[in-house]
Amino acid sequence: MIKPVIDWLVYEIFKMPHGAILSEAVDFFLYDTIKIFLLLIVIIFIVSIIRTFFSPEKTRAILSQKRTYAGNVLASLLGIVTPFCSCSAVPLFLGFVEAGVPLGVTFSFLVASPMINEVALIMLWGMFGWKVALLYIGSGLVVAIASGIVIGHLKVEDLVEKFDHKKPGSAVLGAEMTVKDRIDFAKDYTLDILKKIWIYVVIGIGLGAWIHGYVPADFLAKFAGRDNWFAVPLATVVGIPLYSNAAGVIPLVSALTEKGVALGTALAFMMAVTGLSLPEFLILRRVMKLKLLVIFASVVGVGIICTGYLFNFILR
Amino acid sequence: MKIEILGMGCAKCKQLMANAEKAVKETGVQAEVVKVEDMNQIVGYGIMTTPAIVIDGEVKAAGKVLTVEQIKKLIV
Repeated sequence: MIKPVIDWLVYEIFKMPHGAILSEAVDFFLYDTIKIFLLLIVIIFIVSIIRTFFSPEKTRAILSQKRTYAGNVLASLLGIVTPFCSCSAVPLFLGFVEAGVPLGVTFSFLVASPMINEVALIMLWGMFGWKVALLYIGSGLVVAIASGIVIGHLKVEDLVEKFDHKKPGSAVLGAEMTVKDRIDFAKDYTLDILKKIWIYVVIGIGLGAWIHGYVPADFLAKFAGRDNWFAVPLATVVGIPLYSNAAGVIPLVSALTEKGVALGTALAFMMAVTGLSLPEFLILRRVMKLKLLVIFASVVGVGIICTGYLFNFILR
Repeated sequence: MKIEILGMGCAKCKQLMANAEKAVKETGVQAEVVKVEDMNQIVGYGIMTTPAIVIDGEVKAAGKVLTVEQIKKLIV
């Protein structure tokens, strides 16, 4: 639907020559940018409406009744829809643990919530198609559930920093939202996210378009193809400091897969970008001993690396 | 009246602080606006998301940045 308009603009209005690399790169850039922004606006809006029906307080109430396994599965699913930003990671963590949510279940939530987020999913859908987006949700859920179960079995409760405060009161917040409240919330939230990420999206797609047009196909196959065993762990480690730029990273990764980076490696990289975040670790250090943070990062990291290998193996 | 802004110094907390100060100034209500950054105190209010606004010891909103207008309604 958008494609013919863009083609017309590039070749008829800008009078760029057919078949030239530059025209193709411009065409690719305009098409992807418009498509991604349309998707971002529509889907973030819908997701934020859904989110108004969930809150960390409700999620905590549900999870405090649950034990290992069922609790881990539920926590990972609720992690997708519960509104949560990493700056609230500490009060959320303490709130969960003190309400009796098992530590492993809390970790499942902490892994799933940032990893399976709407921006990453939209970018994946737009740049790779819905199959890869679903694959990402599925493997993200498995990593979150498995990491929580493993950490739960390690019995690391003594590695949570002790907090000396009065028994938390349960804050009862406001009346039910009206339909207008929900729409207003979704509108603000969508604008907020777009303001924060638009520049990364444009730069990411721009670089992607350049790579698409100018970098020879299979250029990267030697370094990051599926036969190179260390590509997956390397991609995972490189992904850790790139947290805030998930929106810009995905278009880039999409272009790189065209040039020979294996899909499993690309998925592992994106999961590390969203799920393992350095700023979040720094915040969580206030409530977890360093040893627990290292365990947390290692368990999730190993999960991501296994996912990468698995997809490189089955998607032959 | 005592208005407390709970948060550990993220951008949204600063915005909420600024909105609260503006609301107090524009309404002329006698109120003290203070920032609470101590984790123990924040968790003590039973909230799980920041920033939060507490008026005279009662949590009014958590996890969102109230606008100047919304804060005015709470303090007048």
